[in-house]
Order: sequence, then C-alpha cells, then structure tokens
Amino acid sequence: MAKKERVLVLGNQACVEGAIYAGMRFYAGYPITPSTEVAEGCARELPKIGGRFIQMEDEIGSIAAVIGASVAGLKSMTATSGPGYSLMVENIGYAYMTETPCVIVNVQRGGPSTGLPTKVSQSDTMQAQWGPHGDYTAITVAPSTILETVTETIRAFNLAERFRTPVTVLLDEVMGHSRQIISLPEPGEIEIFNRVKPTVSPEEYLPFEITENYVTPMPAYGEGYRYVITGLTHDQKGFTTNKPEEIAPKLHKLRHKIIDYKDEITKLRAEMMDDAEIAFISYGSVSRAALQATDIARKVGVKVGCLQLQTIWPFPDKEIAEICGGCRKVIVGELNMGQIVNYVRSALPGDIEVVPLQRYDGEILTPMQLIEKLEEVL
Amino acid sequence: MATAVKEKQKSNVVLDYLRPGKAMPTVWCAGCGHGIVMNGIIRAIDKTGLSKDEIVMASGIGCSSRMPIYLDFNALHTTHGRSLAFATGVKFARPELKVMVVTGDGDALAIGGNHFIHACRRNIDITCILLNNYIYGMTGGQGSPTTPSQAFSTTTPYDNAEKHFEPTKLAIAAGASYVARTTVYHAPQMEKLILNGLLHRGFSLIEVISNCHTYFGRLNRQGDAVKMINDFKERSVPIARAKSMSAEELEGKIVTGLLHKKETTEFCDVYQSVVDRVQKGM
Repeated sequence: MAKKERVLVLGNQACVEGAIYAGMRFYAGYPITPSTEVAEGCARELPKIGGRFIQMEDEIGSIAAVIGASVAGLKSMTATSGPGYSLMVENIGYAYMTETPCVIVNVQRGGPSTGLPTKVSQSDTMQAQWGPHGDYTAITVAPSTILETVTETIRAFNLAERFRTPVTVLLDEVMGHSRQIISLPEPGEIEIFNRVKPTVSPEEYLPFEITENYVTPMPAYGEGYRYVITGLTHDQKGFTTNKPEEIAPKLHKLRHKIIDYKDEITKLRAEMMDDAEIAFISYGSVSRAALQATDIARKVGVKVGCLQLQTIWPFPDKEIAEICGGCRKVIVGELNMGQIVNYVRSALPGDIEVVPLQRYDGEILTPMQLIEKLEEVL
Repeated sequence: MATAVKEKQKSNVVLDYLRPGKAMPTVWCAGCGHGIVMNGIIRAIDKTGLSKDEIVMASGIGCSSRMPIYLDFNALHTTHGRSLAFATGVKFARPELKVMVVTGDGDALAIGGNHFIHACRRNIDITCILLNNYIYGMTGGQGSPTTPSQAFSTTTPYDNAEKHFEPTKLAIAAGASYVARTTVYHAPQMEKLILNGLLHRGFSLIEVISNCHTYFGRLNRQGDAVKMINDFKERSVPIARAKSMSAEELEGKIVTGLLHKKETTEFCDVYQSVVDRVQKGM
C-alpha cells in the first residue's frame, strides 16, 4: 500500500476536510473570530465538488439556512464562536424540535458577551447542552488534535444523520488555530452514515412516527412526501397539538432517542488508566497538555492516567465511573470556572476526590500547571 | 339543493389543495382576509401547472404564517421572522423547487426585517406573499412596523408615536426584482399578481392588504370585515392612475398593481455558473 500523503493542516481547515469527507454539501455562516477559516475553507472547497456556500446576514439566518438545506436533503453545517452560537440557539432549538440533522461547530473564545475574540476558552461547554430553551438531549463532541478534528467532525455528521438531531462540535481557539502534520483519511476508510429514508408510500408515511428506536425515516423535500415541519409541539403526523397524550410522547422521543442509545454516542480516550491512582479528566485542547503531563509524571514513577472526553454530551458518567473506579483522585482540567467538574463529581463514588483545575484568563492550561496540581494532591 | 352545493364544491379547485387529514376550521377569525389570500394563492399555483411536490411553502410565526399547515405542499412552519432565511437554505440547496414564503407585517418587517432586506438584495428566486393587516393578530392586537402613526393598538393605547414602513418601497430599495401590492378586495388582481410573481425568476414580493377587524378594526373603529374590505376598495388607486397624482392626493391611498419589475440575474443561477466555472478549472 502506498504511503499516505502527509499534509500540514490548520485546525479549522481540518474541520472542513472532515465535513466534506462526511458528505457535507451545504454551508451557511457568518464571519466570526476564531472560526472564520471554516467558512473560508467551505467557500473555497464546496464549489469544486458541486456543493453550496452562502454567507448569510447573521448567525440566526445561517442556522436557519442550514436547517432549510437539510430538510431539502443536503448534509449541512455552520461554524461560529460563542456570540454567534448565542444567536443560533433559537433555531438550534427548532432543529431539536423538528429533528433535523445538522452540525454546528463552535470554535470557543472567551465570554460572556463579545468577550475575548482571539483568546482560548472552554466556557461554552454547558451552552452546547443547554443553549436553547426547553427539554431535549444534546449531542456534543470535542476533538483534541488536528487529526481528531477531522474524525470527530465526521463522527458529528454520522451522529446527526443517525439520530436526526443537531450535533455540536466544540473546538476552541487553540484547536482552531493550531497546525499539525497529519494524513487525511482515504475514501472508504471511515464509514459514513446517511439518514434513513422512508420505504412506505406517502399515504402511509408518518413524518414524526414514534418508531421502535424513536428515529423516524426522513425524506427530502420534493420526493413525494408532503408534510408539515413545525417548531410547535406536534403529533406523529406533524400537526400542532395541545393534547397531553401527544405532548409527553414527543418530548419522551427527543430524549430517549439519544439517552437509550448512549453507547453508540459515547467515546472516550483513556491513556495509561489501567493502574492509574490519579487521573486527569479533560477535553479539547486541555487534553493535549494532560497527555504530556501524564507522560512526564509516569517517567518519574507517578501512577497517573489521562482520560479525554471525546463525547461531552450526553455526559459519559457511567464510563467515567468504570474507567476511574480504581483511582484515589481525579483532576478535572477546564478552561472555564468549572462546567463539567460537578458532572464528574456526581458520576464518581464519594471516596474518589475530585480536584478542579480551572483557568479562565484567556490562556491555555500548560503541562507544567497540571503537574503542579498533581504534586499538590499526591 | 344539497346535491347542487356538493357538485359546486367538487368543482372548486381550492379543495384539491387543502392538506388531507388536517382538521378545519383554520385559526383565522370569521371574516379574516387571510382566507381570501389563501384562496388567491391556490388559484395562482393551480395556473402554473406545478405539481404539489415541487412546491415548498415556508412561514414564520403569526396568523398568516399558519397557512402552510393547511395546504398540501411541503410545509416549513419556522420561527418568528426567520422564514426567508430557512427558505433561502431550501432554495439554494434544491433550486429546482418552487419556494414560497407566507409572512405577516410583524414577522417580515420587525423581527424578520434583516432577513427580508437581504433576501431582496440577493434576488433569490423566492415568492414572498406579505399579508399586511397593520397589527399583531395572534398575540392580540399589538402595534407592528406597518401600524400607521396615530393608530391605536394594545401597545399604542393613546397614540402611535412611531412611523410606519412601506414594505414595497423597502423591497424595491433592497433589490427585489418583482414588487406588487393589492388588497383582499381585489381577488382577481391578487391571483394575477401572485401568478406573475411565481413565474418571475428572482425575488418577488406581493404585499396584500388584509383586514384584521378583530383587533385593528375594533381598536380603530373601522367596523366589521365587510366595512373594512369596502374601505380598501375605496382607498385603492391603480398604479397607472397614481403616477399622475400628487403626494397630497395619494395621502391615505393604497396604490395597487405591479409597482416594480426588473430583469436581472438571480442568486442561485449565478452561483451555479460559478460552480460550473470552478469545476472546469477556469
């Protein structure tokens, strides 16, 4: 087999490569630092493969166009940063309610408000789950390397199509603006999932049917299945409803189509965890520092391991408890004031001490800071 | 007698386009002008010869925005003000579909104002029917961007200090290539203007003045539906005649007809030519 070509890729460009590999053919977005290279990459690459790029008038319009393109049959994506994500949450909620597959990339910067446009942060982690109002269960993935940015973006599309739901890819300024030499996946190397289409006749088709696995086959506009898509709570036919016996099953569907299939969604990377007494738990760019800190500490005989959450939502509580069950202590490193640390706390038995390590000054957590914290708790 | 009524209903083209399984009546009050507009839209669509599968009808939030739910097309009932942005995504993804937007004065011009002007600017091939009844009906009669100065609403209980938008002027200035206005009194004209809007390649806006006697009419002592629609008739001036009238003479009048038409390139067509060029390596 010929040796794979090695290329130097920017994080935001890696996201574009992953999306196109996954079959993304529609991008709508609005410029915002530090995500803009995703839009620029799509503007450049999509016409070459017959795809479509549009710069909308704002982020609200961007996610609206993305949802419109998805119901018309194209795999669609947008990318933004915190302030733009805040504008998008209205229609991300619409995508949850209408069960429309799409991918939203959030290259995080410091907040709240316009915050720190050029500085790194992980302070939108909670927003990725709880952005829109109402009850629903979110899926969020978070890569920590440039190659993972390719593969996790592909996974985000697969999950969106499999579960008919919006999926957020959480990057951050460091992830988006780092470069690494990687080999891109060859065609066919990674499996691609496409939404299931109905096999019944239009007369028999129920557009929001509560099926055995809760996911309803989804036709594209123009394929003969004319139905109503509405953000109002609807029955299985898609018609608006105020009936208690129809409202609860709809919300039950939105939640259980995700949490009952959590095993298909959860993905973690455990390094040197087998005999670890202390674990670093982290995600995104912090995981790179945590891995290096683990390497350094292991060289001097400290039994430490590194656990990276590639799926953040739904929160992998069961898996964290399994993997960290033998630890005395875990150190949760985040670039925020503590957004997952309490989820980790409630996932673990009370005799495992959970130690937060937080940085929220616009800078990264360095391997040395993680080692200092490790020395403190040894 | 009953048989004759049934026979007449059978021949009514409108019935062919109502969504099967959708319980009636509509949310609209008895006498609401929106039903007349729905009728006009159906009759126009029927004349285009397009199949129901080819038509996407998007809308936002408000009384008028309920329309796609009642009609047997691909319906996209979206969030408040955003329908044109959703419709842009549908049209750009699948340019072979005929995309329509049904919107109201609050939906299109207040919360959706930005999407409205940019859809006009792109000249994307969407037919937008704006049902202007000068008020927010669904929430119970609040002032909208088209509520005239000094008119009453539940949020302008003493006076309206604001000035109003003229949607057609806004659309023309923003770049829409087909702009027309009519009222629910002028049913045949409405059907013709909508049909020509559907046949036009580019962004078309058809503003239809509609009666909300329940709120606007009651709060401004304009009487019932019949009285309000009669008033539209009396205040209307065809564009040909309006051209020779002074600004003072046109005060309070509703200028009807095709106000603006321009042959120019359409967004999806231009983008496709870019794709073709890029793929040929030019």
